[in-house]
Amino acid sequence: MRVLAAMSGGVDSAVAAARAVQAGHDVTGVHLALARNPQTYRTGARGCCTLEDSRDARRAADVLGIPFYVWDMADRFHADVVDDFVAEYAAGRTPNPCLRCNEKIKFAAVLDRAVALGFDAVVTGHHARLGPDGLLRRSVDAAKDQSYVLAVLTREQLDRSIFPLGDSTKAQVRQEAADRGLAVADKPDSHDICFIADGDTRGFLAQRLGETPGDVVDASTGAVVGQHAGAYAYTVGQRRGLHLDRPAPDGRPRYVLSITPKTNTVTVGPAEALEVTEVTATRPVWTGGPRPDGPIECEVQLRAHGVVVPAAVTVDGDALHADLRHPVRGVAAGQAIVAYRPDPAGDIVLGSATITS
Amino acid sequence: MAYLDHAATTPMLDEALEAYVATAREVGNASSLHASGRRARRRVEESRERVAAALGARPSEVIFTGGGTESDNLAVKGIFWARRDADAGRRRVISSAVEHHAVLDAVEWLDRHEGAEVGWLPVDGAGRLHPDALRAELAEHGDRAALVTAMWANNEVGTVQRVGELAAVAAEYDVPFHTDAIQAVGQVPVDFAASGVAALTVTGHKLGGPVGVGALLLGRDVAAVPLLHGGGQERDVRSGTLDAAGIVAFAVAVETTVKGQQEYAAGVAALRDDLVRRVRQAVPEVIFNGDPADRLPGNAHFSFPGCEGDALLLLLDAQGIACSTGSACSAGVAQPSHVLLAMGADDDRARSSLRFSLGHTSTTADVDALIAALPGAVERARRAAAPRTPR
Repeated sequence: MRVLAAMSGGVDSAVAAARAVQAGHDVTGVHLALARNPQTYRTGARGCCTLEDSRDARRAADVLGIPFYVWDMADRFHADVVDDFVAEYAAGRTPNPCLRCNEKIKFAAVLDRAVALGFDAVVTGHHARLGPDGLLRRSVDAAKDQSYVLAVLTREQLDRSIFPLGDSTKAQVRQEAADRGLAVADKPDSHDICFIADGDTRGFLAQRLGETPGDVVDASTGAVVGQHAGAYAYTVGQRRGLHLDRPAPDGRPRYVLSITPKTNTVTVGPAEALEVTEVTATRPVWTGGPRPDGPIECEVQLRAHGVVVPAAVTVDGDALHADLRHPVRGVAAGQAIVAYRPDPAGDIVLGSATITS
Repeated sequence: MAYLDHAATTPMLDEALEAYVATAREVGNASSLHASGRRARRRVEESRERVAAALGARPSEVIFTGGGTESDNLAVKGIFWARRDADAGRRRVISSAVEHHAVLDAVEWLDRHEGAEVGWLPVDGAGRLHPDALRAELAEHGDRAALVTAMWANNEVGTVQRVGELAAVAAEYDVPFHTDAIQAVGQVPVDFAASGVAALTVTGHKLGGPVGVGALLLGRDVAAVPLLHGGGQERDVRSGTLDAAGIVAFAVAVETTVKGQQEYAAGVAALRDDLVRRVRQAVPEVIFNGDPADRLPGNAHFSFPGCEGDALLLLLDAQGIACSTGSACSAGVAQPSHVLLAMGADDDRARSSLRFSLGHTSTTADVDALIAALPGAVERARRAAAPRTPR
């Protein structure tokens, strides 16, 4: 096959491209330029967005002996991921930009362009398994598993995707990179949000949304217990950084229970008030088999690297509903609910949807 | 493989390569006083005389450098500094909108960091600079002008400027004129003295010499402040141990290509015309850029409406055809060509462009390979650029 390997400059995508070459594919490497103003040689690059990352990717492609190009996706990325990220927070939700990038950029804009140019598939360094049965499964490396951020992909998108790393642990990938003479073998993992260089999400949002002071309200008494500089900066389940004036009557810590953009209010309460046993979600994608007619017993995950709970999931039109078998704390609108079926060969992604409440 | 990117770099001539290897085997620093040094110096000075003779300059006017970018920077910054030092009121640098980045960025750097002011001269739709525009600029600002810098031939669209006329206008106002002749030497007749320019850039690897060696021809009475300070090996304008092997090979390449220029140009222009005719036949809606007549003999430059040059390059590369979008890279991301934009093209047309450049090893088979691959590539690239329904 003629395949396009998305190469971030990190170790995972370099090894993924190498494995695609070894599998006999005709591989072309592409680095996606996503930042509008890539910072030049930022030290300690984390595998995305900088000039140094672009050069690392090119160096890896040269070692593999494959063509390499840079595709400018900065405008698309800004519109579909960064602006969306800000708008979601402004609406009181908690978006996952990696998931959105997969859905709108890597497996949409990039994949479409690749297909139009005659490529059969896109190869990435995501840690997830996608075998000949077409089912998306968790990586063997549970700590590095990225099936959650890939669960938004449709059947058509999965059919044109190759994830060569799913059967390997991160340690194995690094060892293989070293064995292949790839200089990125020891490069630190990327983490945080690639377009927020200093990791200060609240500062990033404040720059774009401005300071909008408002009340922090206690859920049980309705009393104003503190002030905030912008409700958008909070996430359901958050405990730190609340700066409450008064301790709770019972002296126990309080958590963010909800964010109401309309009134610019952050509501807080005790941990048990965070507990949720029902989740509704929208825009379901179902790739792990035919769409179920009735409730289906499975496991659900409600945030990246979050806990997994048994649940009965129903898909009905544009809605997905989950009855959780035991309560979960800190379920945030905007995150994805991903349904898995436990399987000895790797838990299978059945489907996903965006949590509304 | 069909190599259609000779304007980026062209294969070394056998005689230049042999001269390089033979000289590189010998030890000797041309500045040393002993026998080995004298031998190296002799090779360098003979080369200086050969370059001078080939290009209509005096040997003392040949300053060897590390290549085109250095020569351009030395001319633009060095002459600016010297003129400003002599007369603090002379701070205006006059240049064209289609210069190579080695000139463009040097001029902009002077603007940002050295208090220069810049007069950018416009070009017409063919990329041609008009002497009247220069005359108008000098009539208004001539008393403040430090220098004029304008290329002999454009590296992207191939348009050859009337450098003699332009230099004559600058001379009327007593302003030194520098020309970047990197693409011109060996392709069109270039005579330093006859052209009337004060400084001229030439480099080795565009004419069959090695990469990393070139020269600035600098008139004997033209002052330039050095970029590189040190031993003052080259007329105290350029320092650094002389690269005897590179210089010898460079001189061989200059002499050989200049000697054979007429015959070469006739042959390669015929091949280029064949390429242009067949590209137009294969892709009728193509736009041929640059001056149709006064252009570099090996240059063919097109816009492919509805395509992205990047996509075309990828598709042709996959079929073993090497060409160029001719655009500069910043952060590895292709920007629309400033040359095309200056010629009045819009962003889309500028981004849809490809340069095919032929050279001394080009054959009809190269053109055949391009024509075989091009229609399919254009069709694919068009599909890739077509707007899609948003998800």
